[in-house]
Amino acid sequence: MKLKVNQQERNFDGDPDMPLMWYLRDELALTGTKFGCGAGLCGACTVHVDGKAVRSCVVTMKDVSGHSVTTIEGLSADGNHPVQKAWRAANVPQCGYCQCGQIMSAAALLAENKNPSDSEIVAAMSVNICRCGCYQRIFSAVKSAAQEA
Amino acid sequence: MKIDKFANQAIIENVSRRNLLKGIVGTGGLILAAQFLPRSTLADGGSVNAYKTGADGMPGGVVWDPHVFVSIAPDGTVSIVTHRSEMGTGSRTSLPMVVADEMEADWARVKIIQAPGNEQKYGNQDTDGSRSIRHFIQPMRACGAATRQMLEHAAAITWGVSNTECRAENHKVIHIPTKRSLGYGELAATAAGLKTPSLNSLQLKDPSQFKYIGKGKVQIIDLFDITTGKANYAQDIHVPGMKYAVVARPPVVLGAAKSFDEAAAMKVPGVIKVVKIDPTPMPAKFAPLGGVAVIADSTWAALKGREALKVTWDDGPNKDYDSQTFKAQMAEQARKPGKIERNEGDIEKALAGAAKVVEHEYYIPHSVHAPMEPPAATVQIKDGKAEVWACVQSPGGTRGDVAKVLGLKEEDVTVNVTLLGGGFGRKSKCDFALEAAILSKSLGGTPVKVVWTREDDIHHSFYHSVSYQHVTAGLDKDNKVVAWRHRSVSPSLMSNFMPDPKRESNLELGLGLIDTPFNVPNLRLETGEAVAKTRIGWFRSVNNIPHAFAMQSMVAELAHELGKDPKDFLLEMIGPPRIVDPRKTVTSELWNYGDPWDTYPIDTARTRRVVELAAKEAGWGKKLPKGHGMGIAVQRSFLTYVATVVEVAVDDQGNVSVPRVDTAIDCGFYINPERIQSQIEGAAVMGLSLAKLTQITFKDGRVQQNNFHDYKVLRIGEGAMDVRTYIVPNGIDIPSSGVGEPGVPPFAPAFINAVFAATGKRIRNLPLGEQLSA
Repeated sequence: MKLKVNQQERNFDGDPDMPLMWYLRDELALTGTKFGCGAGLCGACTVHVDGKAVRSCVVTMKDVSGHSVTTIEGLSADGNHPVQKAWRAANVPQCGYCQCGQIMSAAALLAENKNPSDSEIVAAMSVNICRCGCYQRIFSAVKSAAQEA
Repeated sequence: MKIDKFANQAIIENVSRRNLLKGIVGTGGLILAAQFLPRSTLADGGSVNAYKTGADGMPGGVVWDPHVFVSIAPDGTVSIVTHRSEMGTGSRTSLPMVVADEMEADWARVKIIQAPGNEQKYGNQDTDGSRSIRHFIQPMRACGAATRQMLEHAAAITWGVSNTECRAENHKVIHIPTKRSLGYGELAATAAGLKTPSLNSLQLKDPSQFKYIGKGKVQIIDLFDITTGKANYAQDIHVPGMKYAVVARPPVVLGAAKSFDEAAAMKVPGVIKVVKIDPTPMPAKFAPLGGVAVIADSTWAALKGREALKVTWDDGPNKDYDSQTFKAQMAEQARKPGKIERNEGDIEKALAGAAKVVEHEYYIPHSVHAPMEPPAATVQIKDGKAEVWACVQSPGGTRGDVAKVLGLKEEDVTVNVTLLGGGFGRKSKCDFALEAAILSKSLGGTPVKVVWTREDDIHHSFYHSVSYQHVTAGLDKDNKVVAWRHRSVSPSLMSNFMPDPKRESNLELGLGLIDTPFNVPNLRLETGEAVAKTRIGWFRSVNNIPHAFAMQSMVAELAHELGKDPKDFLLEMIGPPRIVDPRKTVTSELWNYGDPWDTYPIDTARTRRVVELAAKEAGWGKKLPKGHGMGIAVQRSFLTYVATVVEVAVDDQGNVSVPRVDTAIDCGFYINPERIQSQIEGAAVMGLSLAKLTQITFKDGRVQQNNFHDYKVLRIGEGAMDVRTYIVPNGIDIPSSGVGEPGVPPFAPAFINAVFAATGKRIRNLPLGEQLSA
């Protein structure tokens, strides 16, 4: 099967039931997509498929056949997507592990909705867990990224 | 499944870029000379060692020699070694920042190098107990000052002038009379040949001259990499030729695989081997639980192989562990006289003569850290040497344990510390790294990465201990509290290290029980028996959580009983500003977080100050909207004083939200206020998770929760979104104390006290869960 990852064409002939996350992490070494729960519950593995945020641990390879996947590594060529900049300006991360998934969720939200309400931000970001507890700053970073974008 | 050419290249680039394979040898440039100062304590260090800490007593003690920590390249790039693990507190940035400030380095030209596990060389590396700044601010200042003086001396030699005419300033040394200057890069070679100055010849900066310390302007060094996916955690490690493993572990602690059928697992494409790991009888320290491992060419194949594996388990002696039954047993213990741990006055007489006796019980279940990165480690063995890549809080301890498991000498084991995707105490235990070592050995040294899934993490952790607290207070006819008897029952984490002591050790009792500052003439603290029937571990702030929950809830209950304001009554219980010294009234040694009493006594002036500060900032006593309530609690933990005011809002259905949190912290002299703020914000979120949501329960010896659907933790918008932090300003003469943990303990009681203020319903069993809507 064929798919695109960060604009690059890929061929895949392995197990079609393998979650996309393991393909990205183990085969392409795109380890910015994190393994957190394997069950679509924590959002650490969030990527974009055709621009929509999905949990790559529960999306299989056959699901993404013919589709276009964007990971944190492909979000911006120089790492300066407005969401990434807002994240740094607000000093959001503590341990940092969940942050790529958070950023991917936020970027998908803002691509779809330039001016989300507070409750729309919470709804979109509530798929992502942060055990360090950076939620207050995540919220304010999404808000300021929305203003910048 | 094959790794394609492009990906393979990316893997190697990625690994070498992070210097993970090379350790710190490959950094290039000029390493200051290789000779180390003889190990010394800082005891004779004059102003450099203005106060004593427990650092010298830790394994590896203290090292401050610039020859170990600092190297300068000819282009002026300063590399500073950070020897503690980074799990989100920011110490990986903050400690090198202290060195950089003292040595007058320009932070923009500083690189940070993560030390491998080597406590002989770097000093203690056990990143635990909120100790990194507390134990290393003085040594790192000494290191920076020594570097600065060596660079000044090098300039003096180069110019043929006196040292006193040379002054280091912003990455160069200036000859004051002539205003000529030499950059640090130009001086590095000469400086490298110099001996490290003695401790008592060091001249520290005056704090008014600090550029980075205390300012909160330096961002964490990994910020860009974290936000772009380049930051490397143990789950992300790729080593060429690496295999992947997952382990089917016994569902009950001390259980074992009776038999297993590997045929179905071996049929899964990509599975290469099934390996039995033997269990270790308790006390097992951090030895693996045992089980059956599946090794494969990919994580996915290993997971499928484990699914196909058929294992019959012998559940062993803990198969009856049942949280409900255990709670009843603990309650029974808590209701009868226990072992006296601290005794003042005559408790029996005081209670017998009291005008009124108030008695309550408090329960906190097990919980699990669930760091966002589940444990993972990779080990490779080649030519009699092992290399480890792991997310461990204690790389020094891991090195020793891996060496033992593999039968190697410690110097033949290299432990590379990755970033830790959260730790909270879980990653102090290196069982996952030992599994990887055993499995690599089973393949003749091939690199093996052991991946823990979230279910593995929730089922096989070292759990925050379950606890039951029984508190009896006696009031005299003037409504003064004249008696306080507190029985604490909780299985001990010491059961990992010694035959189960069946009650809290003095280390655990020092975490907020026998160190209580309460000003009550008849005071008795007791422990009851509870056997550990699972692995008990330390969880961010440890026993402070149940101890503070019981004590600070009880204070609010008494305030209510007496019709007094909870904040005023809390101050009354703390009593006047004084040094509280329980050392003579405890029956074992008072554990003061491993630090000297004289440096860190129990000072109620500081306890009172944070209570008053948090209350004032929160607007304590102000009129609140309907359904709202405020609660307050305070705890000295990890030698730091923290008070929290929580405001809750409860709707008609019993849904509780937390619109605002005000926390005051006094942690002595502070390094990075911005990271302290982030720790306090995070502690509120973790505290609210503990108080409202999280619990691990056992039935038939097995953990009943599995993943984040049934082990619920706080998500965004569920409260604690407006946490305000107030840091008590302190001069450098006030010893720095912990920050990572102390924000947690006061949260749950402040929250539960607020729930009571809002609803009149007193919650004594955590988590809150659905108790208000029931």
